[in-house]
Amino acid sequence: MASIKVHGVPMSTATMRVLAALYEKELEFELIPVDMRAGAHKQEPFLSLNPFGQIPALQDGDLTLFESRAITEYIGDEYSEKGEKLMCPGCNKVKALTKVWLNVEGQQFDPIASKIAFERIFKGMFGMTTDPAAVQELEGKLVRVLDIYEARLSKSEFLACDCFTLADLHHLPVIHYLMGTDSKALFESRPKVCEWVKKITARPAWAKVVDLQKQ
Amino acid sequence: MASIKVFGHATTTSTRRVLLTLHEKNLDYELVNVELKDGEHKKEPFLSRNPFGQVPAFEDGDLKLFESRAITQYIAHRYEDQGTNLLPADSKNIAQYATMSIGMEVEAHQFDPAASKLAWEQLFKHIYGLTTDQAVVAEQEAKLAKVLDVYEARLKEFKYLAGETFTLTDLHHIPVIQYLLGTPTKKLFTERPRVNEWVAEITKRPASQKILQ
Repeated sequence: MASIKVHGVPMSTATMRVLAALYEKELEFELIPVDMRAGAHKQEPFLSLNPFGQIPALQDGDLTLFESRAITEYIGDEYSEKGEKLMCPGCNKVKALTKVWLNVEGQQFDPIASKIAFERIFKGMFGMTTDPAAVQELEGKLVRVLDIYEARLSKSEFLACDCFTLADLHHLPVIHYLMGTDSKALFESRPKVCEWVKKITARPAWAKVVDLQKQ
Repeated sequence: MASIKVFGHATTTSTRRVLLTLHEKNLDYELVNVELKDGEHKKEPFLSRNPFGQVPAFEDGDLKLFESRAITQYIAHRYEDQGTNLLPADSKNIAQYATMSIGMEVEAHQFDPAASKLAWEQLFKHIYGLTTDQAVVAEQEAKLAKVLDVYEARLKEFKYLAGETFTLTDLHHIPVIQYLLGTPTKKLFTERPRVNEWVAEITKRPASQKILQ
């Protein structure tokens, strides 16, 4: 039986982030669904896994973790010898650059991009309607971020360095959703960003995450 | 001349996060002032240091960084053996490190969004001649209260957020907490006994006092 358990659902971007890291590392795990509709994530026993009441939570033996980006970092560290390397090889300086771009995803990209995904996709699932003015305002902010990414990717093959790292991986779930909407134009109209999106979404590990959604 | 340079403004919480770390480590540095009111952070040459146009930016020799929480982590690792240890007691213990990482993510994604908005509404808006929106204050205080309830439970088990020792997780909170203590939001901290003790501990540290000067 897998010692790694992920409590979450394949539709959730944060859960997908963790699943992507597990597949990249070729790790066995068990996905334990959390009944979001019934509010299971806001009650015990889930709250003992994550007191903030958000999916996913991960158990590895008797270690319990939450916050998807802390979980992926743990997976990268604990299983550094398995599967794909998810950190730039090198010394403190190279690791520091990875941390910069990890923070960029978390602080600059995700707050805007996940709101767009919420407006365009998730609102519909909960019987609410998209606010076009909000989408327009958010896209105005996202293009400024993507212009910076375009400049960065003209100098570096991936965001942190010339290899694929968690800094790229963390973007996958929200980009995956946005590429299924009209917002995809923002990515496709920037050549380097477009190329980068194609590269990271073509990874076999990512295809497995997307497959889980279809099941 | 110091090989470490911080390009920022000594009043901003993000610049202070970095200065705190440097003080905890007793590291020499030069603070290069970025005049925010002149929009210096949105123009060259600052944009070459941080294309997102936000303070602080950082330099250590030929290494250039931005994003305050990336900078503090770099300093904590690179100068691990100097000054205060800001990593877990056994920094090679991956599970302990993961616990600190969770705390840093919680600060960045759960605590800071509400806390920063409260500091903006009640303090920084006045600098720009704008008025506090009390509805926003009420909304954000409700969010912050929920986070602090989780902190209260956590701090009943541990002296600090990541365990028994002071780490980056606690440090990242200090600048915005210092500002909130000068607003009515202070009550959210004082009415929770363990949180109140923790706030007193972390804000009385010599480094925490230095950044207020």
